[in-house]
Amino acid sequence: MSNNNVECLECGADIRVPNNVMQGEILKCGDCGIELEVTELNPLTIDLAPMEMEDWGE
Amino acid sequence: MSRLQVGIVAASGYTGGELLRLLSQHPQVEIVQVTAGRNVGKFVHNVHPHLRGQLNLQFIADEGLQPCDILFLALPHGQAQQSIEHYTTLAPRIIDLSADFRLRNPADYATTYAHDHHAPTWLDRFVYGLPEINRQALIGANYASGVGCNATATTLALWALVRAGILNADQPIFADIKVGSSEAGSTPTPASHHPARSGIVRPFQLTGHRHEAEVRQALRDCGDFDVRMAVTSVEMVRGVAVAAHVTLPTGLRERDLWQAYRGAWKGEPFVRIVHEQDGLHRHPEPRLLAGTNYADVGWEYDPATGRTVLLAAIDNLGKGAAGSAVQCMNLMCGFDETTALTFGGIYP
Repeated sequence: MSNNNVECLECGADIRVPNNVMQGEILKCGDCGIELEVTELNPLTIDLAPMEMEDWGE
Repeated sequence: MSRLQVGIVAASGYTGGELLRLLSQHPQVEIVQVTAGRNVGKFVHNVHPHLRGQLNLQFIADEGLQPCDILFLALPHGQAQQSIEHYTTLAPRIIDLSADFRLRNPADYATTYAHDHHAPTWLDRFVYGLPEINRQALIGANYASGVGCNATATTLALWALVRAGILNADQPIFADIKVGSSEAGSTPTPASHHPARSGIVRPFQLTGHRHEAEVRQALRDCGDFDVRMAVTSVEMVRGVAVAAHVTLPTGLRERDLWQAYRGAWKGEPFVRIVHEQDGLHRHPEPRLLAGTNYADVGWEYDPATGRTVLLAAIDNLGKGAAGSAVQCMNLMCGFDETTALTFGGIYP
């Protein structure tokens, strides 16, 4: 894993972080699709972003 | 370099049509002869209209077959085993898409297909044709069996966790399988008549499906798995969707399952992990795979109870038949494994 990458908290995939990432930015995992929020820049810290549950009409 | 010459026996069915479509786009082979029972003399596009302009061939009778480099057999079950000696005099490489050479144990034919095998000495010479679990044996092989469509989808649904030792052979596995109408073949029956079939969710075979033996054989190196299928016909032309119900240890993390799936499928050209947290297409769906050689696999796991549903979707005519057969041919002949098989499907 490079310095600009973080590990997905859900599935462990390698997620690339842009060099100019901002606090509060949402990163999306390309494998499991979960959204991660950048909560701190120094050190780079991420947390699961709140997800809106979908209504499947059930 | 000259292209290898290919013949297809019984090419007028749906599987034969899919073989023709795939092989007509293959740069290293040339289809030189196709046989058909009731369609002798017709052009390929008279039977497979989507191939108009792609192939300028007429169906011939089986008796007119000439020696060639590779012979595909797309006969109904039970026929290839009766004539295999003849076909092997015509071609050094044979890929049989029926069930005739899938099972290794001759006794399995008596219990599964209700008849003794007519050529039991040939069973060991055929390599089971699912590259995802049998690639090394297929490389350079002369004879490969086809795969059962429902068996393929079920094996691929289970394989990652079986391989990782997370799913053990200590429980029955119930595979609920939804299938499309093309599984029933191109010969019309009262069951396939449009007014009788349109809109159905018809339980087709809920116990004792023939493909159970094939899955058990495919998993045997990892244990004696008790795999049970329940097949339901639904409103779909192409496609198989498997939901296999199992119980896993409680408390596993999602990333544990991801690790097992990546361990099994990373680098596999035709298996994709579909396990998304949101959106419309969170799980494998057969509709997205129509016309492709891809298999999508995924899961749903409840860490509190361990109840788990293992998922897979394929095109029964693609990964479940002709696609895997062409993939086998590529491995047998030393071609790039993905040649002629990279079509990604259509959407919506």
